This record gives sequence, structure tokens and C-alpha cells, in this order.
Amino acid sequence: MPLYRDEGVVLRTHKLGEADRIVTIMTRTRGKVRAVAKGIRRTKSRFGSRLEPAMVVDVQCYEGRNLDTITQAVSLATYGDAIARDYPRWTAAAAALETCDRLTEEGEPNLQQYLLIAGALRSLADDVHAPELVLDAYLLRALAVAGWAPSFHDCARCGDPGPHRAFNLASGGVVCPGCRPPGSAAPASETLRLLAALLAGDWAIADASEVRHRLEGSGLTSAFLQWHLERGVRSLRLVERA
Amino acid sequence: MYDGAVQDLIDELGRLPGIGPKSAQRMAFHLLAADPVDVTRLVGAIQAVKDKVRFCDVCGNVAEGERCRICLDPRRDAHAICVVEEPKDVVAIERTREFRGLYHVLGGAISPMDGIGPGELRFAELMTRLASDEVTEVIVATDPNLEGEATASYLVRLLSSFEGITVSRLASGLPVGGDLEYADEVTLGRAFEGRRVMSRARPPAPTADPRAAEPAADPSAAEPAADQTAASAREAKTAYAPTGSE
Repeated sequence: MPLYRDEGVVLRTHKLGEADRIVTIMTRTRGKVRAVAKGIRRTKSRFGSRLEPAMVVDVQCYEGRNLDTITQAVSLATYGDAIARDYPRWTAAAAALETCDRLTEEGEPNLQQYLLIAGALRSLADDVHAPELVLDAYLLRALAVAGWAPSFHDCARCGDPGPHRAFNLASGGVVCPGCRPPGSAAPASETLRLLAALLAGDWAIADASEVRHRLEGSGLTSAFLQWHLERGVRSLRLVERA
Repeated sequence: MYDGAVQDLIDELGRLPGIGPKSAQRMAFHLLAADPVDVTRLVGAIQAVKDKVRFCDVCGNVAEGERCRICLDPRRDAHAICVVEEPKDVVAIERTREFRGLYHVLGGAISPMDGIGPGELRFAELMTRLASDEVTEVIVATDPNLEGEATASYLVRLLSSFEGITVSRLASGLPVGGDLEYADEVTLGRAFEGRRVMSRARPPAPTADPRAAEPAADPSAAEPAADQTAASAREAKTAYAPTGSE
């Protein structure tokens, strides 16, 4: 049974048997890994809170036929503890973790997705920006890394330089009047500027944005995400927006 | 693999949580060889639990009538409500014999990834109970994991509008019988937050001042005992309710 060691972000856990859990971890070098933590639900488990969602850990596992087994875990960052104390931040973190789980595959290394989710959790734990902004920034960037980068300036179909007003999910962002399909949304220009800032990491613009533009941007981001994932993200329903 | 009834029984037993195909087979053959009276008693017990047991209309605990035995007990302290996730948690707390108040079972914890939000849990029923003004303390005893912590933070926010209610959370700390070196950072950090004073520092006795010769006033009258101070400091740290509302 080969042993391996990696660092990773705990995405979610499932109960297994009487006292075990299956832990899904987005690792730095191995991609997504599902491993069993034996006895973790007992109060005297040596794992303690290390393998709770939103924690960053250094884990040692041995490979199994179906699932790996975690033998040791050391905390690298306890973001989950700070996030769970504040309900809006917790719901935003849950949506980010579920999205990361959906966008990544087991056994396929994806360093950019790992760095993105770790950065989003650090930002939520430090509470430097509004949770809904951090979530939307994460969702847009995670989609971009996965190959679905939205366009908020130039036409997503013909590349005509913007700015343009119409936004179409299927087309991949804003569209010019010539390419505009029926049923396209027409968000406020400030909303499109906010979304572009979130995608680019321009926090000065994002932090100064108005609540109504944030709400509109969140709606577009959620719809864009679920359009490309082809299924709903359950946590998004519970995210508390400003 | 087997014929008819035996295979049906193995299949049904195999659907129970934690029972694999081998365990189901072992149980099925045990029942086949068992005394018919024992088997009839087992069947009766399973049937009775489905026919008689329901959830208490007040607290959500398991009951055989409209109300559970705890809600019906007039000796329980109706001023304190302990909020737990599952009926199993009620049994765990009852075993301690430390709490004599009432319970409220939420039916789980908020888990966005599993699609469980506040609407799926019994928060509205709790708000109805608290509106009666009889309750003065709510003890949040959700599981000591991050979902339990998030559920507690949501509950505390809901309860912030009830000014006459003290909200507290069960303490977290080191398990008795373990080694400190194996404690994780969060548990150890919370143990530090909730540490208790065992011996309080005393100011050095003045020597040159002649008034020092005068008998000192009774120290217990001037300041609370060390244990009392530690307990109130601990309470202030662990209580979730804003200080102004207490």
C-alpha cells in the first residue's frame, strides 16, 4: 500500500459507518482526493477539527482500491473555525467549496483551482471584503480557470470591442447589438464593471460598489455558473446576500 | 444467491445502515436458527416503533404521544431550553444528570451543501416557544463541528431580538484522558479561551506604611471569590448574546 503526502483544502465530508467519515480534499499536487478518516467522529479522535470543511491540512494517506485512508493530518490553516462563527461567511464558503468540488475531478492535478479555493477561504476568514463579493470573485475566476471565462467588455461572439450592454449566458458574456440573441439580459453598466473588477481582482472598484449592483451581479454569476455546470449548486440558494 | 424468503431477508437487512452483505447474511441465518418466540418479539418491536413512536409536538424529541416524557414532567425547569440537533443528543445530555430544563430538537444542522437550510429545521417552532416570556436561558448544544458552529451562530443571530434571554454555548476543550500534544489547533485554542483560574495573584503586602498594621477588611466582602470571578469571566466569554442585551 503506497503512502503519499500532500497538502490540501477539505471540501466536504460524508458520514461513513459508526464513527468514520469520507473526506473530500482538493490537494495541491494530486487534484481531488476522497479518503476515509477512521474514528474521526469520536470525541477523542486524534484528527480533532483538522479535517472539517474549509480547513487546510498536510495529510498522509495510503492508497486503497476504492478509497484512500488518512493516517495523519496536520493543520496548515484553520480558516473554517473563523468562517463558521459568522453565518453569511459560512454560507459563502459552502457555495465556494461545493463549486470547487463540482469543477474538479479525482486524480487530475489542478494547481490553479487549489490556489483559488485556498485564497478565497483565506479572504473569507480574514473578513477583509464582503462575503458575497469574495464568493462571486471566486466563482468567476474558477469558471475562467475551467475554460469558461466570461467576457464583460468585448463581444463574446464576434470580439467587437465594448463596452456592450446585453449579457447572454449561452454566448459567454456581453454581446454586441449585432450578435445579441433574443432573451439576453440588460444589466446596469456598473454591474458589468463590478463583475469585470471581480474577475480581474480590482478590489478598489468592487468594495466601492453599490448593493443593488452587487445583487444583480450575484444573480448573473450564479446563473452563468449553473448554466455551464449544467446542474444546480445547492449551497447558492442559502448564500446570504447583503 | 439464496432462494425466496432467505434472500429477501438478507436484502432487507442489507439496507440497514452499517450492515454489509456478509453481516446481513449472518443476521439472516441467526434469525433462521433462533427461537420463534424471540423472532416474534423482534417483529413486534419493529412494528410497535413504527405504529406508536412519533415526534413531540413541543420539542421534536421522540415520543409515544403528543408530548414526550420530558415535556410532560412538571419537575423540569421551564426557564431553560437546551437546543440540540438530534433526539440522540437529548439522551446523551440526560445521561449527565446536569441539566434539568427542557429541550428543543432542531432535526439536524444547517448544511448548505446537502441542501439543508434554516427552513428545513425546527427554528420557527423554537421562536414560538420563546415568545411565551417564560424562558430566560437558551443553551446551544449543537455538535462541536463546523456545521454545528454555523448553526449556533445562525441561532444566536435569531435570538438577539429576545432581550430577556441569555444565550450560552456548550464549552469546547480538551478531552479527559488524552495527551495535549495530539490536540488540534482549534480545540486547543478554544481550551485556552475557556480556561479557568485556579489560583488568583495577590498584591504584595505593603511594609513601610504604618496603616498596614491595621486589620484588613474582609476580602471576601470587597471582591468576589476567585472561582466566582472566573465563572463570570468564562460566562462573559462564552455567551453569544450581546452584552447590552443581558
